[in-house]
Amino acid sequence: MAQALIEALNLEIHYGGIAAVKGISFVVEKGEMVCMIGANGAGKTSTLKALARMVDCSGEIHYAGERIEKVPGHTLIRKGLALVPEGRGIFARLTITENLAMGAYHRNDKLEIEADIERVFGMLPRLKEREHQVAGTLSGGEQQMLAIGRALMGRPTLLLLDEPSMGLSPIMVDKIFEVVRDVAARGVTILLVEQNARLALDICSRGYVMESGKITLADTSDVLLADPRVRAAYLGE
Amino acid sequence: MNMLKGRVGLIMLGTALLILPFVLGMAGTAWVRITNFAVLYVLLSLGLNIVVGYAGLLDLGYIAFFAVGAYVYALLASPHFGIHLPFWIILPIGAFVACIAGMVLGAPTLRLRGDYLAIVTLGFGEIVRIFMNNLSNPINITNGPKGVNLIDPFHIGPINFAKTDTFAGLDVSGPIKYYYFLLVVLMVVIVINRRLQDSRIGRAWVAIREDEMAAKAAGINTRNIKLLAFAMGASFGGISGGMFAAIQGFVSPESFILNESIMVLAMVVLGGMGNIWGVVAGAIVLAFVPEVLRYTVEPAQMALFGRTLVEPEVLRMLIFGSALVLTMRFRPAGFWPETRHKREFIEPAEK
Repeated sequence: MAQALIEALNLEIHYGGIAAVKGISFVVEKGEMVCMIGANGAGKTSTLKALARMVDCSGEIHYAGERIEKVPGHTLIRKGLALVPEGRGIFARLTITENLAMGAYHRNDKLEIEADIERVFGMLPRLKEREHQVAGTLSGGEQQMLAIGRALMGRPTLLLLDEPSMGLSPIMVDKIFEVVRDVAARGVTILLVEQNARLALDICSRGYVMESGKITLADTSDVLLADPRVRAAYLGE
Repeated sequence: MNMLKGRVGLIMLGTALLILPFVLGMAGTAWVRITNFAVLYVLLSLGLNIVVGYAGLLDLGYIAFFAVGAYVYALLASPHFGIHLPFWIILPIGAFVACIAGMVLGAPTLRLRGDYLAIVTLGFGEIVRIFMNNLSNPINITNGPKGVNLIDPFHIGPINFAKTDTFAGLDVSGPIKYYYFLLVVLMVVIVINRRLQDSRIGRAWVAIREDEMAAKAAGINTRNIKLLAFAMGASFGGISGGMFAAIQGFVSPESFILNESIMVLAMVVLGGMGNIWGVVAGAIVLAFVPEVLRYTVEPAQMALFGRTLVEPEVLRMLIFGSALVLTMRFRPAGFWPETRHKREFIEPAEK
């Protein structure tokens, strides 16, 4: 019996008077890889930011048996919840290594941190080649890899990925998704927000479809991929 | 070998700093006073550097903390209230009050950045100055625009910082005593700054400066760390303000106008945001250049044209302004930028 790692109940997010997310509920179970797809402005990023406690919300968020909708965002990495923000959010003027070290800011185990940096470099050899380079000089895809690598430095149990394919060439997107799959294979639970529905549904086992602040469909990837509404709206068929 | 060289350099610099006031004293005590004010500006710039350089929070009202420190000193060591506490009690009080003021400014502005933060801090600086101007009614606290006069100088045992003493046949004037005191404070502040820069807190400031959400996601308590930057910067401002009040013997609101905030910010930016030595250099240059020009602009015109063509005061500021513009044009990251800030200008991000 799988158990829920993170569960949102009746999640609502308002920006001033505008409701971005209008009472959605969903669950991600331990070890799962789940995606949330939908068009621009559907509320996907807002949802992810709420889970990472970057924006205020109402409703309930249960994570690893704990209510987290009120806890401060910076404490979540200690609980194993890591966010890779939209637009990557790397520290552009720090080197690759400094960026990775920053991902372990909350940790004090110096030797372990160094070992983890090497481990991340092992997964992302492109970064190793540029370890002393400033992150701002990396290509978009490499920056995305760095952002994922930095999140891994927190040894997460749950990784929230916000549009990792954004603005990248198709080849790069494939590489990023390979990395994501690799991370998942190491036992990290993943919630992926994507506009690229086909790719997301291809690597995830389940998906939620969001439309103007609501979840309109929720099913396994196979069912969603075959659903005529999904095909028409998100797969361009 | 290199370490030896460094040590020799350090000893030479130290000796130069030690005999400097006597050399300057030969040209007139005024130059020692100017030097003292330059050191005060260095202290202020180092304080502002924490806020602007390390944490990347643009503060246009920094002089307010200097004002708070100065007024705390003025009110606790002058006939105005008849209180005469010793300086070593007042300076920490001034730092503490300024620190509180820093948090009062920081707390409501936590969500603001860049231009928005600049506007709010600018407003805060003006509020403090206007308070000082008007807190004379109905209860006279600050004595309004007239300011507070007859402020006690420093006393260390029998040594009075307002009088000239003779040590071993050497006449040591008041400004020279303050110079040495300022030098000690400066060294302490530089050491604290360096420690901060290399600490966990320093790294957190850099992360916030680069990307606040990513910093938060990495486990940094962005709220507290930003407040800490404001509080620490303000404390340094408060201590400098206290020393300013004692050296000057007089404070009034007009010492704390917006221009002063901008001047200190210019010192930080011109010197090189985030780099201690750059900031020190920027402050010294910007504090001295106008003074040097004050004494040279008129004689130079007389020598060249036989009469004063342009008002010295106008020409002085014109030269000063042009020098600033040229420096920023050719060294956009400052005289001596911090490596990370330099990267912004020298290695543009390639997409």
